[in-house]
Amino acid sequence: MNHQLLNEYINRIQEQFSDFKCVLMEVCGTHTNVIRKAGIHRLLPPGIKLLSGPGCPVCVTGSGFIEQAVELSRNPEIIIATFGDLLKVPGNTSSLSTARAEGGQIRIVYSPMDAVELAREYPNKEVVFLGVGFETTVPAIGLAVKEARQTGVANFSVLPAFKVLNPAMRALLADPELKINGLIAPGHLSVIVGADSLAFLPQEYGLPTVIAGFSRDEIWLGITALLFQIKNGIARLENCYPKAVSAAGNRMAQDLIRELFIPEPAEWRGLGTVDNSGLGFKDEYQKYDARVRYQLQPIASMEPPGCKCGQIILGKAEPGECSHFSHGCTPDHPVGPCMVSSEGACAAHFHYTLNQ
Amino acid sequence: MNPKATQIRLAEGGGGEATAQLIQQVFWSRLRHPELLKGNDASVLENPGGNLVVTIDSFVITPWSFPGGDIGKLAICGTVNDLTMMGAVPLGLTVGFIIEEGFAIHDLERIAESMAFTASQAGVQVVAGDTKVVNKGAADGIFITSSGVGTAAPDLHLGGAYARPGDHVIVTGTMGDHGATVLLARGEMGLQSDLISDVAPLNKLIIPLVQKYPQYIRVLRDPTRGGLAATLNEIARQSKVSIRINENSIPINPQVRGITGLLGLDPLYLANEGKAVMIASPEVSCFLIHELRENPLGKDAAIIGEVCAITGNFGMNQGIVSIGNEMGGERILPMGSGEQLPRIC
Repeated sequence: MNHQLLNEYINRIQEQFSDFKCVLMEVCGTHTNVIRKAGIHRLLPPGIKLLSGPGCPVCVTGSGFIEQAVELSRNPEIIIATFGDLLKVPGNTSSLSTARAEGGQIRIVYSPMDAVELAREYPNKEVVFLGVGFETTVPAIGLAVKEARQTGVANFSVLPAFKVLNPAMRALLADPELKINGLIAPGHLSVIVGADSLAFLPQEYGLPTVIAGFSRDEIWLGITALLFQIKNGIARLENCYPKAVSAAGNRMAQDLIRELFIPEPAEWRGLGTVDNSGLGFKDEYQKYDARVRYQLQPIASMEPPGCKCGQIILGKAEPGECSHFSHGCTPDHPVGPCMVSSEGACAAHFHYTLNQ
Repeated sequence: MNPKATQIRLAEGGGGEATAQLIQQVFWSRLRHPELLKGNDASVLENPGGNLVVTIDSFVITPWSFPGGDIGKLAICGTVNDLTMMGAVPLGLTVGFIIEEGFAIHDLERIAESMAFTASQAGVQVVAGDTKVVNKGAADGIFITSSGVGTAAPDLHLGGAYARPGDHVIVTGTMGDHGATVLLARGEMGLQSDLISDVAPLNKLIIPLVQKYPQYIRVLRDPTRGGLAATLNEIARQSKVSIRINENSIPINPQVRGITGLLGLDPLYLANEGKAVMIASPEVSCFLIHELRENPLGKDAAIIGEVCAITGNFGMNQGIVSIGNEMGGERILPMGSGEQLPRIC
C-alpha cells in the first residue's frame, strides 16, 4: 500500500473512532512485535486498547518443560538442539543458557532439519530437539522426524511441547474475567489450519474476528476491519490476509500432523492443563518421543514469585502492571518467558515502548 | 626466524635473534617509517602544533580474515577512525601483536601487507610496534592492539556533548555491513552472500569537512560495536538531548536487510567499521551530504533525523532515541542488550 493511502486510512480511524472504547486482542506474538515496533498502538485513538494473547509458543510453555530439557542437557551423551529463543527462558531451577555455561551441550538450530543433520554429524551422541510450537511449526518438525525415520537416523528424538491453539482459545474465552470486543486472529497459524477452522469464534462466542497479515499496512487493515465490525455490531470472520490464507488451509501440512501425531492434553502457562490442546506421537513414532526414550516423568511447573506472565498471556494483565517489569526482569535477566521471546509481550513493550 | 619455518614458534617471541629476524622480515620489509626502522625503544615524532589527540583499541576479531578485510586492516582503520572522530589528523600509529604459537607465518605476512597497504591509503605511518608470542591456546590466532596519536585544532568543539536541539543527524553510508559480513564469514549460519565489510579509513572523507565547517559539525562518532543505536544513545546521554530518526531515511544494504530479517537481528545494532555518524547544524547539513557523496566512501550518505529537546515523550524524563516510520508510528530505539555478536572487531 502506498504511504499516502495508508495515511488516509490512519486518519479515517483516528477521526471516526476518536470517542470509541473497545479492547482488541492480538493472539499472535509476531503481531504483538510488529505493532509495538511500528508504534501502531500509539496511532490508535486513546479508547482503543490492544492486548496480547496466548500466541507466543515460548511464553505458553510451562517452566516444567524447560526443567526437563535442562535435566536432559546434563546427560553427557545428549546434545540438545533448540530454537534460540528458548535459551534464556527460566525453568524451575535453571535455564538452558545456564546449563550450557555449566558444560551442557546445547546447540541453536534454525530448522528442525538442522537437528537431524546434527544427529548425523554426531552418530555417537543422542540429539534431542526441543519441539516447541503451534500447528505452524509442528509440520516442519514432523518432516524432520520422517526424514530421520526414512534415512535411519536412530540417535534423534524430539521432546514435545506442541500446542494446538483452538482448544486453548475456547478455554480462554470461557473465562468470565476476560473482556475483549474483538480478535486479531493469527495469520501464520491460519495459513496451516485454514480460515474456516476459526469460524467458531464469531459463531459460538459472538466475537468479531479478523485474520491479519504481518506487514504494517496489513495489520492496520485488519484493525480497521475489526473496528468497523465492532462499531456496526457485526460479529463475523473476516479474512484480511487472503494472499496467504485459504478457507481450508494447507491440507498437506494438516495431513502430516495427522499422520504422526494425536491430540493429547497439554499444559499452558496461565491456563493449566487443557484437553486436546497438545500433540503427542502416534504409536509407530513413539521411539522419536524423548519422553519415552528417556523414560521422563513430567515435572510440575513453578511460576517465579510475582511473575505475571501467566496473566499477560491471557490478556488479563499488561506488562507494565508486573512489578518485575524493567526492574529485575529485562531481556538480559528475564524472570518470565514473555521477556525472553521476540514474540513475547513484555519483550516488545520493553524494547519499543518503555513506560507506555 | 628459520627461513624454512612456516609457523610462528615461541622462540619468535623470545626477544632474541629469532624475534629480530621475524620483525625484519615480516614487518620492517613492509612498514618502512624511518623512526620504526631505527629500532629504538620509542619513536620521536615532530609536533606540527595543535592539541595532541591519543587513542588505543584492541582487535580480537574472529575469523581474522573476512570478505573486505582482515584484522590488520581493521586495526589501522579502527585507530585512524577514532582519531578522525575527534577531528585529529593522524601523526602516527603504534601496533602491538599477540600471536598464538603455531600461527602461519604467511598469514602474518598477509596481515602486515594489508596493514601497510591500508596505512598508505590513509596516508598514515606505523611508527612503533611490539610482538609477543604466547603458548598454544593462550590466544586465538592473533590479537592486535593499536594506538594512534594525532593533532587537532585547539578551538575545535567536537564531541559527544555538543549536540543541540535542531541539529541534523547524518550517517555517511549503509548501516550494519561489517557486523553482517563477519557473522556470515563464521559459516555457522549456513547462509552465503557476496556482502563485504565496510572497513575503511575515514580520515580523507571526514577531516576536510571538519576543517571546512569547524563550528558547524558538533559530534562525530564511528558506530562500531552496538551499531547506530548504541552510538545515538550515547550522544543523547552525553548531550542531554533526545534524538528522533526516520526509519525510511536510514541507508541499509538490501542484503543486510534480508539477512538480518531472516536471523531476527536489527541492522541498527550491527557494527560498522567504515561509517561515521555526524551531528551538524541544519545550516550546513545539505552541503555536507553533497560533499560526502562525492567520495565513494560517502556515496550513500543521508540525513536520517534530528536532535530535539527532552520532552518527556514515552514517559521518560531523560534523553531518548526514537525512530519513526512511514505510518507516523514511533518507537524507542534503546541502547541494546548485552547480546550483540561477540568478537566482531
